[in-house]
Amino acid sequence: MANQIDWVALAVFLFFFLLVTVMGFLAARWKAGPVSAHLDEWGLGGRQFGIWITWFLIGGDFYTAYTVIAVPALVYAVGAYGFFALPYTIIVYPFVFAVMPLLWKVAQANGYVTAADVVHGTYGSRGLELAVALTGMVATMPYIALQLIGMGVTIKAMGLTGDLPIIAAFIILALYTYSSGLRAPALIAFVKDIMIYIVVLVAVIVVPAQLGGYGAVFSAASDAFAAKGGDTGLILKPSQILPYATLALGSALAAFMYPHTLTGVFASKSADTIRKNAILLPAYTLLLGLIALLGYMAYAAHIKVTSPNDVVPELFKALFSSWFAGFAFAAIAIGALVPAAVMSIGAANLFTRNVWKSYVDPGISHAGEAAVAKIASLVVKLGALAFILFLPVQYALDLQLLGGLWILQTFPALVFGLFTRWFRSEGLLVGWAAGILWGSWTAWSNGLKPLASIDLGGAHYVFYVGLGALVLNVVVAAVATVIAGLISPKPTGATARS
Amino acid sequence: MRILLLAPFVGLLWVPFYNFQEPALFGFPFFYWYQLAWVPITSVLIWLVHRARPRDDAP
Repeated sequence: MANQIDWVALAVFLFFFLLVTVMGFLAARWKAGPVSAHLDEWGLGGRQFGIWITWFLIGGDFYTAYTVIAVPALVYAVGAYGFFALPYTIIVYPFVFAVMPLLWKVAQANGYVTAADVVHGTYGSRGLELAVALTGMVATMPYIALQLIGMGVTIKAMGLTGDLPIIAAFIILALYTYSSGLRAPALIAFVKDIMIYIVVLVAVIVVPAQLGGYGAVFSAASDAFAAKGGDTGLILKPSQILPYATLALGSALAAFMYPHTLTGVFASKSADTIRKNAILLPAYTLLLGLIALLGYMAYAAHIKVTSPNDVVPELFKALFSSWFAGFAFAAIAIGALVPAAVMSIGAANLFTRNVWKSYVDPGISHAGEAAVAKIASLVVKLGALAFILFLPVQYALDLQLLGGLWILQTFPALVFGLFTRWFRSEGLLVGWAAGILWGSWTAWSNGLKPLASIDLGGAHYVFYVGLGALVLNVVVAAVATVIAGLISPKPTGATARS
Repeated sequence: MRILLLAPFVGLLWVPFYNFQEPALFGFPFFYWYQLAWVPITSVLIWLVHRARPRDDAP
């Protein structure tokens, strides 16, 4: 639909993109440490980020560019149901407050860099460590690919076509991540988040003013859903209530199992940094709620799109002047760079610590770890790029959905050990496998829908498959722990070995 | 005090409690402003729990 190149928007876009590129390369010197000498430096920014840097970094990589595109797209398509992202990103914070400082303390005390490090240290099981590491890497790859999709949507909206802009942006990203490590996205996150805040504040004030206020926005959406019919509307259909609640809970429990969010946690200076962030990070959730409403504003602005993902760019183009549209698109595209960088760093840390060090070169030096991780981050990003260039976009979306349910299955192995040592590593490993297999199979056989259903006492319940898989995972882990205890009473899993 | 951390889970996961259009506020149906209101409420609850923590456990 947009074949005309918008030069003003493009110029503004390029200016900000160049700005963050320069920042990305200079970041290696920021709060300088020996970036190539130690994985703590390259992969965790020196474990020194205080309250504000952590706030920008976690805010920048948890609320991704894809969120800015996809949440309003879902709200545009189905209405209230798309809002589950809001309760999800609220209830995640009491959880972060209660659990993540404990995890940080374990990591800090033992020099752990990844979730799989923590699991290995707790249970002394190479098998469980590998399971957690592989899950993290596999779940992250399609997530990076989605960031590229988010960036691609905004580039397309400015009239640029073809794969070349995406490839160029990604090579730049790969190079400065390689040279600066986590410092690059941490520094760029400042720019990105401030830009996103400006765009959203302008959008939620200016757009309803142009469209006749929020009452008009909601009633335009209501009329559109009434005409559309089906499971859409301004409030949930009774059949959507349980899926809504279970998606919110399951997503919240999964959110901080991902390598990119955990990297933000481990890079913090102190446990109290994380606690204070649990208080301050909900500011981004407010932003997300307002972003979600862009999906309704599109109805009031009479935006017609063939793909819901184009809703936000088309709305910005229709309502903003060219230069501000360019600013907004730059905010979204830069918003893709921060999480993509942190995700590739998180995955690279997992590969280095839990695959390379554990299986290839156990005696690797600190500088060697940093070198392996830098190469691994390039490979991960190339993989994500190849994904987008050579496979249908739908594959990335489907895999991202499965990735959420997979990463949720690492929850018992990572979190339970902080509170109890009752579970044994054999049990947790069997539970993990059961959750992954049942969850993947169920999602697959439902045509890659994230919902599963059971019939209990004549009633039919539909719920988020990831949460169902987690329940199965825990039950199987508990049963297997009891059985393992009967077979070999010696509690091999109770103490750390190496 | 830590029990306060459970309040957002109850308030947001028990969906039938807020799945209504009315009463609207500033044009927002109840479903929307109720959930948005939980954002600052959750921040305050976590802050209260954090404030009540024993000081020596702070770092």
